[in-house]
Amino acid sequence: MIKQFLNKLGISPSGFAGGIHPDMRKWTEQSPIQTCPLPSLLVIPMKQHIGHICSPLVGIGERVLRGQKIAKAEGYLSVPVHAPTSGTVIKIEEHAIPHPSGMGLQSIFIEPDGLDERDTSLAPMPDWQAQDVGALRERVRMCGIAGLGGATFPTFIKLVHDQKNPIETVILNGIECEPFLTNDHRLMVEHQDEVLHGMRIIMHMVHAQHGIIAIEDNKPDAIAAMQHAVNALDGTHNIRVLAMPTRYPQGSEKQLIEAITGKQVPAGKLPMHVGVLCQNIATTRAIYEAVTLGYPLTERVVTISGDAVPERGNMRVRLGTSMRFVYEQCGLTDFSGIQLLHGGPMMGERLRHPDIPVVKSSTGLLALQQELFKEAHPVEEPCIRCGHCSQACPIQLTPNLLADYSRNEQLEKAQDYHLFDCIECGACSYVCPSHIPLVHYFRFAKGQVAQVRREQQFAEASRQRSALREARIAREKEEKAAKRRKVRAKQTPVASADDATPQTSVKD
Amino acid sequence: MFESLMYAMAALGGFALIAGLILAVASKKFHIEGDPLSDKIDALLPQTQCGQCGYPGCRPYADAVAAHAADVNHCVPGGERTMQAIADIMGVEPKTLDEEESAPMVAFIREDECIGCTLCIKACPVDAIIGAPKQYHTVIADHCTGCVLCLEPCPVDCIDMISKPELIEHWSWPLPDTERAHTGLERRESHQHD
Amino acid sequence: MLIHLSSPHIHGGDSIRSQMMSVILALLPAGMVSVYMFGWLAVFQITLCMTACLLTEWLTLKWMGRSTTPIGDLSAALTGLLLALTLPAMTPWWMTLLGAIFAIGLGKQVYGGLGYNPFNPALSARIILLVSFPMQMTSWVIPMHLSTAGIDLYAFSQAWSLFTGGAAALAQSIDAVTMASPLGYVKTAWTQGISVNDAFQAYHYSYLDAFIGREAGSLGETSALALLIGGIYLLARNTISWHIPVSFIVTIALLATVANSINPQHYTPPMFHLLAGGLMLCAFFMATDPVSSPVTPVGQLVFGIGCGILTWCIRTWGGYPEGAMFAVVLMNCAVPLIDHYCRPKVYGHAERKS
Repeated sequence: MIKQFLNKLGISPSGFAGGIHPDMRKWTEQSPIQTCPLPSLLVIPMKQHIGHICSPLVGIGERVLRGQKIAKAEGYLSVPVHAPTSGTVIKIEEHAIPHPSGMGLQSIFIEPDGLDERDTSLAPMPDWQAQDVGALRERVRMCGIAGLGGATFPTFIKLVHDQKNPIETVILNGIECEPFLTNDHRLMVEHQDEVLHGMRIIMHMVHAQHGIIAIEDNKPDAIAAMQHAVNALDGTHNIRVLAMPTRYPQGSEKQLIEAITGKQVPAGKLPMHVGVLCQNIATTRAIYEAVTLGYPLTERVVTISGDAVPERGNMRVRLGTSMRFVYEQCGLTDFSGIQLLHGGPMMGERLRHPDIPVVKSSTGLLALQQELFKEAHPVEEPCIRCGHCSQACPIQLTPNLLADYSRNEQLEKAQDYHLFDCIECGACSYVCPSHIPLVHYFRFAKGQVAQVRREQQFAEASRQRSALREARIAREKEEKAAKRRKVRAKQTPVASADDATPQTSVKD
Repeated sequence: MFESLMYAMAALGGFALIAGLILAVASKKFHIEGDPLSDKIDALLPQTQCGQCGYPGCRPYADAVAAHAADVNHCVPGGERTMQAIADIMGVEPKTLDEEESAPMVAFIREDECIGCTLCIKACPVDAIIGAPKQYHTVIADHCTGCVLCLEPCPVDCIDMISKPELIEHWSWPLPDTERAHTGLERRESHQHD
Repeated sequence: MLIHLSSPHIHGGDSIRSQMMSVILALLPAGMVSVYMFGWLAVFQITLCMTACLLTEWLTLKWMGRSTTPIGDLSAALTGLLLALTLPAMTPWWMTLLGAIFAIGLGKQVYGGLGYNPFNPALSARIILLVSFPMQMTSWVIPMHLSTAGIDLYAFSQAWSLFTGGAAALAQSIDAVTMASPLGYVKTAWTQGISVNDAFQAYHYSYLDAFIGREAGSLGETSALALLIGGIYLLARNTISWHIPVSFIVTIALLATVANSINPQHYTPPMFHLLAGGLMLCAFFMATDPVSSPVTPVGQLVFGIGCGILTWCIRTWGGYPEGAMFAVVLMNCAVPLIDHYCRPKVYGHAERKS
């Protein structure tokens, strides 16, 4: 009550501006993680991370083992893809992925043989303190680890010890501020030692001095579990557990850094430029497994929730499992009149159908009744300039003015109003009394700006090609003319030696 | 009464004269040298060099528009956005394009039918077709601007225009499907001034 | 065609209707005071005004060929209620009707409907009425005087004949039952050189009366207490933010305090300003109209300070006794400029020089 009053005065006790308090609906927070059985078919897309698409390494008919690399990373901003279980590759073709466009990507189809045999080519490194930091970083990359909080940024890129931008603090992001999602929560309660172990590996890799495990205060059991694990550590460690006030989007990296350290990440820069590294709980545990056990990323914990799911819970699911199969494990078989969401309700994508594979970014699979979903997308009314969106925005933008410029495609004006600083958290659309789809307008405008830039680059390249062609044609013309001149110059001296002789003698 | 009227007129007239003089001097003294107008317009054009505007290339069209010899709505490959931008620079009202803006296309040669005459290679303004005499020709799809100039010279009519494949990396969110978004778009594209 | 629906996929449940409804509820105390003071007359005025506003909106929407569902968002009803509360009790019915048509027709729909009006619709109608019919718009009655004239506003038939017949229904001349508002009285006294204290005594001015509402004024402006209750309710519900009302009130209190301490005989004390006229109504309900006020918190502070300065200046030195409505509409003109220059500091741009 007092906190809300202070919020209204503009004094934010949680340390970041704006924010909202949606009904958290953490219905699965007490459900222990269960293991999802192996399906009869696994479809593994070639890109499950931010960056370049991977290229397949295996052929049809080949037998693969669990954890075997089946696609190699292309370029720097990429991580490889591994087989989630042992089985046979039956085809490689395009398949639907969880993407708002509804388009698909090249995917490897594997039929499990039920043996679940592991590939043992990566040796466990229990003595990681003695290992070279570069080797550890390479191990993280080789195991295909990307940010499992939903963004899937290749993790190894962040785990760098840079002299110019040293990292002082490692923050473990145990906030999980999206409604419904509880997978990080359960990981902290059930695997606290492994998570802490992973954190120590990270701190060693980046030479950090402090470690903070940030957990929202609506997860008292997770706080207690992590605190218990920290207390069990011996020796001097600089790790502490920090309970943060519950508010969306507390778990957003920028907001979390501002709330804990008081510093803002400058626009266009990264957290490492303020000496901070943020890592998700699931990613941290994956790093622990990759380094100490030699296990590449082949599965993840998914929250299956929503008012249309009969047996809600958290499941450990192999990547590539069809979402329909996962829903069926939780009792949902009839999908008519149900809205399916991938991720959380604030930033997740709508799924058109459940025949899409679980990927590295699948934090949650939600199924909502049509009424709950319709409430969020009714008719758009005119903006009444109430300013609630501005109050809610954690980046301190003016979303209503920005949306006007975005809708009218006034792209320069929109960029002047900091279009690209928007983190698309959805807090503004959530509070808007006119039900304006603000985030949708911003995404539209960002796409238009990117398209214009691409078109301009293409036009510039075309202009250069055209100019080169003209230069080449002019050069060829000049060469031909020079040749003609040379030939004529050769002919004329022969003719002048005998002026009276007709030219026919030259032809011979 | 008449006197005060004269005083008022003289005062206002004097102020107007002084203000006008200041503006005239300022516009000369603080004048900023910018790019020539035709350079600015050329930078907005898509560089397809297709000739659909009636001019032999993008630069001649830019020159013509800058010289007020051509209208702003002739560049079809540039689409709505280019026409609006040119109209903005020239300070005129936007006009409906000559032809309906279509989805981006690229040329595709059916290689089985290609006789290797190199006529299309010579026609392409951006050298997007590779090949040699008596060898198959093929279009580098990434370089093709969709100008259609290669279709006519082909003696066996083996070139098709296909729609440019959409890449998932280049996909962007369309406008929301709400009445207000649609109304705004309609108004922007209606150009009732024609 | 595939329809793309972007996140977020849940909503907080707020709507334009609930926003408007909370303001209407906040005006309930002031409405009840007006009915207590002016009986059936208040009921007639408020009902006529709200109905006329809704009808005007319906007609204009139909005329423009637009869907008429927006009348369900209650914004026209709210404008009607606000306008009625700024009118004198004895306003002829046709003047109220005209005001309602002006408020919605000229104050809102002509700009494009909800969300597009640059000026507060209720205030723009009030100003049009004041400038067109200055006599009727400044004739304030106190029910106590009417009862000495034998008119009981709690009697339906009497109130009805007064409402429809106007001043002609009064057996006595209008001067016997009307009196100046405190602001009007003090302004006249000032031009006559009478000091503030003497004017207060002659008027029998009491702060308590002004606070509760037992003074001459429009239907809803008199009771500062009722309006304050409504204002606090709005703040608690987060329908309005504190920036505009607080800056408005603090500015005018500050100016009045400074002026009063320099020359107490000439300038009225701050409490007088806060309780007089439409200040409370304007500060909490009119200036905070979301469509015509700035969006950003700093902009809202600037807006409120400007309103306060202008109100005090018009009241002290201007030709009209009441300045709050003019001040708000004048500041409405400046809102796009304020919005442009008072943008909040965006995350990550702390070092940016604006």
